[in-house]
Amino acid sequence: MAQSTRDIKRRIRGISSTRQITKAMELVASAKLRKARERLEKSRPYYNTVYENIQQVLKDTKNLNHPYLKARKGDRAVYIVVSADRGLAGGFNSNINRLVEDEIRNKKDKVSLVTVGLKGRDYFKRRGYNVIGEFLHITEEPSFSHAKAIGNLIMDIYEKGEVDKVYIAYTKFITTISQEAKLIRILPNDELKEGQAEKNAIIEFEPSPDEVLDYLIPKYIQSVIYGALIESSCSQQGARRTAMESATDNAEEMIDELQLSYNRARQAAITAEISEIVSGAEALK
Amino acid sequence: MGFMLEIVTPDRNFFSDEVDMVIVRGIEGDLAVLENRAPLLTPLAIGKVRITKDEKKRVAAIVDGYISVQKDKTTIITDSAEWPEEIDIERAERAKIRAEKRIKEKPEGLDIVRAENALKRALNRLEVANIKKINDENFNQ
Repeated sequence: MAQSTRDIKRRIRGISSTRQITKAMELVASAKLRKARERLEKSRPYYNTVYENIQQVLKDTKNLNHPYLKARKGDRAVYIVVSADRGLAGGFNSNINRLVEDEIRNKKDKVSLVTVGLKGRDYFKRRGYNVIGEFLHITEEPSFSHAKAIGNLIMDIYEKGEVDKVYIAYTKFITTISQEAKLIRILPNDELKEGQAEKNAIIEFEPSPDEVLDYLIPKYIQSVIYGALIESSCSQQGARRTAMESATDNAEEMIDELQLSYNRARQAAITAEISEIVSGAEALK
Repeated sequence: MGFMLEIVTPDRNFFSDEVDMVIVRGIEGDLAVLENRAPLLTPLAIGKVRITKDEKKRVAAIVDGYISVQKDKTTIITDSAEWPEEIDIERAERAKIRAEKRIKEKPEGLDIVRAENALKRALNRLEVANIKKINDENFNQ
């Protein structure tokens, strides 16, 4: 009996220190989440303005044969996978990896990948996929220059005609507790179509609508990628916070249960001792 | 009264206020935007943005981007914008020396356009930072 109370004590101690760690990680994740959300809010006006301006140009230009807007026949594709650098974020990494793998499992030879974050890279490299670019340690604080680097990489191979389609898989941040893994196509782009914006004033384009468009479309692609990086970094912190919160709750529950059985065991030991003394005294009579 | 000017970068709303005039460097040359200008959309070169409001002037360094003039407001979209006091002079100095060295040495596989752009950005930052030093009092609102 004495052995078992000591065992329980030791387990309680072990779980308490685990709880301390998960609690600390939860707090760190919520602080980072707050920062990431601020960044998300700040990046929205940029994206919206670029999108609006492109729509304005598109209705005034005849250059709808722009290579980034025209569909191609082939089916060689690049997938940009935005995962995290670290685990312990619930289903965050496995959701995004699974989403992409389901999509590409049967066309391994036609697909190449650009991975953002260690977890995605490791997952797809281990399974023998063709990883052509990797961006590591940027998922917690993505900056626009990272988005630019990724954008230039894929626009470069797209222009050379090495691929026909480019997708990006990221995790959309809905609320702190709910995030959704999403896959969207960024090249050729469907979002940009002729005449979606309403006709208003006549706008001058310096030097010409086509050249302005040539400038704007890469900017748009970059800002879409930047948006995806930021959404993912928010989601990552959100997912980690939720995962750590429930880990902490579970640890607390376990400690409560163990405490209960510890008390029972101790009580049982005392009872046994008393009854031994009583029966010993009884025997002496 | 002036018109509404917004300068937007991916990580912040850099500037948002009523102004009387803004001068930017377009890829075709400098251009000044006043109130009621006809709508215009044009890419910008690496350079300065000069804002005038109530006889006061402010200068900012911008890197790449474009300007969109519309009826109700003017927007400058850029990858990065800095006020003179925000510029890290030492860093710009280092970037300048690095870029100059690369252009002079011309190592194998050098992206000359990129190196030149890096140099331009550094020079632009230094220039804007120096404006602040020379007449500090005039440029602070």
